[in-house]
Amino acid sequence: MKLNRKHILGLREMSAGEIELVLDTASRMKEILARPVKKVPTLRGRSVITLFFENSTRTRTSFELSAKIMSAEAINIAVAQSSAAKGESLKDTLLTLDALTADCVIIRHPNAGAPEMAARYLKGSVINAGDGFHEHPSQGLLDLLTIRDNKGQIDGLNVTIIGDCLHSRVARSNLYGLQKLGANVTLCGPDTLLPREFGRVGARLETNCDNAVEGADVIMMLRLQNERMDGVYLPGVREYAALYGLNQKRLSKAKADAIVMHPGPMNRGVEIADDIADGDKSVILPQVTNGVATRMALLYLLLGGSEED
Amino acid sequence: MAETNNNTDEKTGRSVMDAGDIARALKRVAHEIAERNRGVGNVVVIGVPRHGVPIARRIAAHLEQIENCKVPSGALDVALYRDDYVRRIVAPQDTRVDFSIDGKIVVLVDDVLFTGRTVRAALDALNDLGRPASVQLAVLVDRGHRELPIRADFVGKNLPTSRYEKVKVLLKETSGEDDVVRIEKTP
Repeated sequence: MKLNRKHILGLREMSAGEIELVLDTASRMKEILARPVKKVPTLRGRSVITLFFENSTRTRTSFELSAKIMSAEAINIAVAQSSAAKGESLKDTLLTLDALTADCVIIRHPNAGAPEMAARYLKGSVINAGDGFHEHPSQGLLDLLTIRDNKGQIDGLNVTIIGDCLHSRVARSNLYGLQKLGANVTLCGPDTLLPREFGRVGARLETNCDNAVEGADVIMMLRLQNERMDGVYLPGVREYAALYGLNQKRLSKAKADAIVMHPGPMNRGVEIADDIADGDKSVILPQVTNGVATRMALLYLLLGGSEED
Repeated sequence: MAETNNNTDEKTGRSVMDAGDIARALKRVAHEIAERNRGVGNVVVIGVPRHGVPIARRIAAHLEQIENCKVPSGALDVALYRDDYVRRIVAPQDTRVDFSIDGKIVVLVDDVLFTGRTVRAALDALNDLGRPASVQLAVLVDRGHRELPIRADFVGKNLPTSRYEKVKVLLKETSGEDDVVRIEKTP
């Protein structure tokens, strides 16, 4: 039952079997989160370092909490106050962390490939917590777990991902994971934010949001990244909200038992209407809880032992 | 485990308890639990996956029949409490205890008592769920070779073994039949 790898860099390189092992393990971890005493001793004495070169609340907190629940030592490096801010290179930062004998480094970086580089310099495990527009595997896995919790299985489901697919590592990780588990994936967004390459890996591309939502089992909204709203990709936020925002009228075209997901943080009233974010089809808060369970599973599978049972 | 039983032949294994033996032993254990606790009003039964769980369920059913009152049963996984986590990784199983154990008499159930390390882990795990009034241990087979100061309160069968042997429990719920098999292994 050991995960056959040392690092979690992306879902593209993971097999369906490995993904299912993570999901099964995460399901079991959820019970711990419901206990009065949320602590198990299994990773006692292991050190986990979060190294975030980009802002994050939920991902970093979620990893830190997961490590602490499993009794690992969790240390957060605030990059703004670290030597990186004094001009230390990524390589030197990584070599320093290695010399500090970190068992696992969780890294978020604006450049795609930074976690892969980390994996080369570190003796411990590396988990990619988001690199550029590339991947965000723990988010992809927690989304898969949330879909499986609600739908029983993933094979054969119609999953529609709506928003800025071009700049979204969440969309990429989800696309790879969903396809491996047999879902039919539709990506939807304005032409400027919908790369043709996704079509070549088997996703259906759709610029009309109503068509994309039609018959969907799962609708996943992406955050409209304000930092991209410089007028090059989109004419304006209001037009985007009208054409690609999820409202009740649009949602009514999906299957009656469809669920709505969002990786957060949400721009309410832009990509998602208030009454949907807080409505009965929303699984946005269960996604956050599943995030902790998923990260516990990843840490356990990577750090939990050297031999199989 | 979900393995099917195809090695009861003389070379690899030999049945030491058949379905009738297992049924009689568990019924006796249930009577002993009821006797020791003077009824089962405050008793809950919790099994350690995988085989402890169906055994716990059977004991609870016997207790309900004997005492004519409800006896809750649950499952308590110990994978995350093992003392060998640095060496071995064990797949976590379901923990399902949908009742409070505070102030209860918890009868902890496992299939085979060997080194006692699983029971030690289970005691730690129980501690995180609540504070029972007392904990008692019931096992289907006690095969000896304890490495910790732990003993069972209720034993289905005492089975002297060598350290190199394996004792495999098969249950209807997981393997389709009830059987306890002793398998010789070369050191």
